[in-house]
Amino acid sequence: MDLLRFAAVGSVDDGKSTLIGRLLHDTKQLFDDQLEAVEAASRRRGVDGIDLSFVTDGLRAEREQGITIDVAYRYAATPTRKFVIADCPGHVQYTRNMATGASTADLALVVVDAPKGLREQTRRHVCIAALLGVRHLVVAANKMDRVGWDETAYRAVVEEMAHLASRLGLATCVVIPVSALHGDNVAVRGGSAPWYGGPTVLEALEAAPSGAWAGAHGDHRGSLARLPVQWVLRRPGGGRSYAGMVNGGSFRLGDRVVVLPGGQTSTVSGLRTVDTPMEEAPVGLSVSLDLADDLDVSRGDLVAGVAGAPEVVTELTATVCWFAARPLAVGDQYRVKHTTRVTPGRVTSVDRRLDVNDLRLDDARSLGENDIGTVTIEVASPLAVDPYRRNRITGSFVLIDPVTNATVAAGMVGLPELAAPDPGT
Amino acid sequence: MTTTLDTPSTPGHPAGGGRSPLSGFPGNRPIGLRPVDHLDLLEAHAVFILREVAAECERPVLLFSGGKDSAVLLRLAEKAFRPGRLPFPVMHVDTGHNFPEVLDFRDRRIEEMGEELLVASVQDAIDAGRVADPGPNGMRNRLQTTALLDAIRAHEFDACIGGARRDEDKARAKERVLSFRDSFGQWDPKQQRPELWQLYSGTVRPGESLRAFPLSDWTELDIWQYIAREQLALPSIYFAHRRPVIERGGMLLAASSWVSAGPGETARDETVRFRTVGDATCTGAILSEATTVAQIIRETAASRVSERGATRADDRLSETSMEDRKREGYF
Repeated sequence: MDLLRFAAVGSVDDGKSTLIGRLLHDTKQLFDDQLEAVEAASRRRGVDGIDLSFVTDGLRAEREQGITIDVAYRYAATPTRKFVIADCPGHVQYTRNMATGASTADLALVVVDAPKGLREQTRRHVCIAALLGVRHLVVAANKMDRVGWDETAYRAVVEEMAHLASRLGLATCVVIPVSALHGDNVAVRGGSAPWYGGPTVLEALEAAPSGAWAGAHGDHRGSLARLPVQWVLRRPGGGRSYAGMVNGGSFRLGDRVVVLPGGQTSTVSGLRTVDTPMEEAPVGLSVSLDLADDLDVSRGDLVAGVAGAPEVVTELTATVCWFAARPLAVGDQYRVKHTTRVTPGRVTSVDRRLDVNDLRLDDARSLGENDIGTVTIEVASPLAVDPYRRNRITGSFVLIDPVTNATVAAGMVGLPELAAPDPGT
Repeated sequence: MTTTLDTPSTPGHPAGGGRSPLSGFPGNRPIGLRPVDHLDLLEAHAVFILREVAAECERPVLLFSGGKDSAVLLRLAEKAFRPGRLPFPVMHVDTGHNFPEVLDFRDRRIEEMGEELLVASVQDAIDAGRVADPGPNGMRNRLQTTALLDAIRAHEFDACIGGARRDEDKARAKERVLSFRDSFGQWDPKQQRPELWQLYSGTVRPGESLRAFPLSDWTELDIWQYIAREQLALPSIYFAHRRPVIERGGMLLAASSWVSAGPGETARDETVRFRTVGDATCTGAILSEATTVAQIIRETAASRVSERGATRADDRLSETSMEDRKREGYF
């Protein structure tokens, strides 16, 4: 059975939590006591019936305000597939939490208030999800009951989403007319949309391409062997093993490898998944690796196959999502955490800011809270990086405030790729 | 999925059978002879988190209660750091109302591993006048916070590694893998650090600390499937046995020196097992005939009641019991 990680994204009040609650409820993923607790909480707040958003909105402040503040993770399984669900907040103030939830997702479930159409925050979320490497969208055109299942409301969402998906280079985009409130077309068919012959949300989630993140931590098809060293294990009787997770490709006994950023080469002479010897270490597993030569290797180094080894850089050209209230500007210093290495970094230029409404990169000198933009960062010690679109682990980093230790930005190596708008739009 | 569900398990068999740390672990048919499954990925991720915490934090500690989740956690720590020693001590926050079978198991397991066990004692905190004794039949779960925070300060721990899972509770479902706590131990759910990809940031200022949860993405069923695969020993109370119980608030509490029949209550013998193990005054048993891990896995997969819903009185106090305890500095 395979695993799909997906994130529910979209603007505040468009119904993400209600949809996730509905999906879990209608697929019998809720325990009796959890359902009773949600019913009791609904009664206490004078809700007529049951407010399924309380399934994931578990914090006191969330229930008081009827909004989602931080990501809730839920685990579900149907006969064909396991799901890890990240129910993300829609509020612009909590964009950083949405990015947290989407960073490990294979697919985004985009919830749109169909009568109102796409909003700036919907577009921002879809842009962030796409930049974070999500390639597949399932779009719930929600609240169709409010407009009497009027096909024109649905068509408007289809058109806008198709345009957005093609500009962002997404692989698939399925748009489904639903009512999360009544459960129509969520797990079971319903509503009055004789004009719609496509899948329900559940069917679309079960049919979506399987999880590249969960299975491989990055789209591993064609990815190259990468192992960031986490920890050096000393073997009894001498010798060292280098422990870490295989974050790309695979390693086999006898493979020629290079240790970066130093550049020493050697041969893989031993592989273990923790304790069991193995011939080949596949992507996604935590293993320890022995080298035939006695090299100086420590935490933060990257072991890679000699063919197609990553580039070693002292300057990162990157796309960042900025999370702090204080703007990001040239000259600012942060700690850069990339794989298992932490090094000081200085912003040497802020180049562009993404206009999420027009999908246009404008010139910029600084980035404000929740902006997406492109920057260059000079780092104090060299980093072995891949372009993010080739590897989600060796191509990503975060910026950490050296004083407060707050994580202030998510960074992706490389520049965003936006397709030219279709002529006539 | 190729997980073996029918590995036999003997309740209370000697933990691990005294294997040396180098002789390997049971149940791992080598990758390459079978496909990578979801337990392999959960294990790999948990081992990754343990190594990150050990590398990034100055003075971590692993919390071990003798329960099933912490037994899994301890095995994962062995997998992360053997053949070396664990790079952190192991600590039990002891409410003083623990099942003797669990304490027994705790001590046996630690001795067999040759590791160091610290005990942070709620009884000591009561004796020192740091917290009030809730008295006979009173719950001590919440009092663990004081003992935990005292131990964090005394040992200057900057990270406590625990076995909590996100499927246990709606507040835990919101919590990061590395959960930041201020110098009072408080969790602020509105101010969590962004935690992207697998970039876990472990730096804190003096007095602040982290709770680290390597089992965040595991479910109760995953835990039992892993116990089966690894042939992990557990305290005997996880398996069906006869014992006197007292029904209180819809729960079956084990009759003991801390829990005795009150007015209108009587103790009666039932065949039960525990789904979760904690303070004896607030941990309920469930009626069950399951005596093997395979039988427990079948019961768990078919259960209509959540793990904590079935068994934890401390979560029933209010709608947001767990969130409230975490705000005070709980695990």
